[in-house]
Amino acid sequence: MGEKILMKGAEVIAEAAIRAGCMAFFGYPITPQNETPEYFSRRMPQLGRVFLQAESEVAAINMVYGAACTGTRVITTSSSPGISLMQEGFSYIANSNVPCVVVNAMRGGPGLGDIAPAQADYFQATKGGGHGDYHSIVIAPHTIQEEADLMFDAFDLADKYRIMVVVLVDGLMGQMMEPVEFKDWVDVKKFKTPEWATVGQGDRDHRNIITSLSILAEGLEKMNLHLQEKYRKIKENEVRYEEYKMDDAEYAVTAFGTVARISKTTVDMARKKGIKLGLIRPITLWPFPTEIINKRAEQLKFFLDSEMNEGQMLEDVKLAVNGKKPVYFFGKLGGVVPTAEDILKEVEKHIEGGK
Amino acid sequence: MKIIYKKPEPITKTHTTYCPGCPHGIAHRLVAELLEEMNLTKKAVIVWPVGCSVFGYYFIGTDAVEAAHGRACAMATGIKRVHPESFVISYQGDGDLASIGIAETVHAAARGERISVVYINNGNYGMTGGQMAPTTLLGQRTTTTPYGRDAKLNGFPLHVPEMLAAIDGPAYIARAALDSPQHIIQAKKFLKKAFTAQTKDLGFSLVEMISACPTNWKLSPVEAMERIRREVLPVFPIGEFKVAKGVE
Ligand SMILES: Cc1ncc(C[n+]2csc(CCOP(=O)(O)OP(=O)(O)O)c2C)c(N)n1
Repeated sequence: MGEKILMKGAEVIAEAAIRAGCMAFFGYPITPQNETPEYFSRRMPQLGRVFLQAESEVAAINMVYGAACTGTRVITTSSSPGISLMQEGFSYIANSNVPCVVVNAMRGGPGLGDIAPAQADYFQATKGGGHGDYHSIVIAPHTIQEEADLMFDAFDLADKYRIMVVVLVDGLMGQMMEPVEFKDWVDVKKFKTPEWATVGQGDRDHRNIITSLSILAEGLEKMNLHLQEKYRKIKENEVRYEEYKMDDAEYAVTAFGTVARISKTTVDMARKKGIKLGLIRPITLWPFPTEIINKRAEQLKFFLDSEMNEGQMLEDVKLAVNGKKPVYFFGKLGGVVPTAEDILKEVEKHIEGGK
Repeated sequence: MKIIYKKPEPITKTHTTYCPGCPHGIAHRLVAELLEEMNLTKKAVIVWPVGCSVFGYYFIGTDAVEAAHGRACAMATGIKRVHPESFVISYQGDGDLASIGIAETVHAAARGERISVVYINNGNYGMTGGQMAPTTLLGQRTTTTPYGRDAKLNGFPLHVPEMLAAIDGPAYIARAALDSPQHIIQAKKFLKKAFTAQTKDLGFSLVEMISACPTNWKLSPVEAMERIRREVLPVFPIGEFKVAKGVE
């Protein structure tokens, strides 16, 4: 850890990725995250690393795919419409078992939408998005400092499981400035080409082939079972969440990213009024913290899920609660950000309704 | 006894999945011969396409990756940029390269990516059953141009080497044909220059190989080769379109 630096979220992503040992960036410009590729374009050549502005997001993700096949730490960053274009590549990457990191600074949709912060790509990120039965690890920081820390974990998890890790943020987190402290630089001189990488056979006694294809159903079933086994391990070991004032809570907000951060203020405001409100904040959106939500349902009167979408994580919260207690929803659409007061008002409305 | 003809070392013992008379096998052999002769086999990573040659990695025994349809040049770019020591080949059909993947191809060429592209033009989509490709000749019947390709409806055949030769990034661009021994020998010479463009770090290289698809053309292998000479080569002439200094 070093000193605190005042930085914009979008640049923190790049600097943290670089310190975490990211050796290559491929991407295509899109608002609200252009500061990220621009930062990479300045820093990567200074360090003898790769920065390439691709001709499209389709090309970018396939460059990432190629680089990932060599076992090199690689990243792309984009925002919602660009991420939509990458979905085919995500699916190929998943069934090829290669590691990479993708940042989505979500903006309002559908379609061209707007450039305001949103969380409407939750389904796309956590439920696949591309074709086939696959998952990516999805992490959702809620402050710039957490963003800086989690970029390191994103690369470690990607390498550990040979999987794509999505860092899901929104336009607001990209544009905000905050003081951050970065973890120590990862020593990239210690990186070794993994034994599975396709870089030319060299002295290896076997050659490597990376493919997502198996023309016989039984073969493809095996590949799928391998993926499922990997996903099972990830679910077992990598679930992360934060609880805020949950010990004595009677009501809980569930929220991720920016809305979770706002909800902390809501919780503090409620507490001042004597309302025992807490927050459960999933940090990994996949794997989802199902167990803790289910456990907390015992002590709570209700949940209020709040998101900047029409109720996407809501489905996972409901599955976790499994009918034990009511789960209400409060959302804002199209890039509108809820205030802490908005969310508190909703909580109070449901407390009143329950009397 | 002196060996005068043998299987190139990189060619595996696996039987190919190609139809009788399909020149994909000839193109594979040329690639393999050159890898061996130029001592590149152990450095090679071949990016295989979606198309009839999707299983190419079973037939040429190098490190390999299987790209999404049309994305081979992007994937090859990713590999080469982070691992310049690798010798990176992108092997693609005309649907893969000239239709769905034309953007990736043109931009890889414009950036002068140090990759070598083997581009097989058989005038249709072989793997999916013989639909129109960007290279289908005017008047040619395919399963999606049952009345023959009509320029008004389907536009004109795409001449990829001529297009790419107009940009600055490529170091070597040529078109060869796989229909006859002379042309095959010439194809190997062209391909050698394409590989040299990469080993000498000169820029992007591509060799189009006019190929045949006897099954979907509904011709015998011999008739298919005759058709190449009679109908295809007048539209797609053999030649070198760009030769950077140092490639020779
Ligand atoms: C995204 C996507 N679209 C369509 C297909 C179906 N598809 C498979 S191969 C192919 C055409 C291949 O033709 P070509 O590149 O000319 O190679 P050939 O089979 O003739 O060697 C198509 C359209 C696919 N696999 N993926």
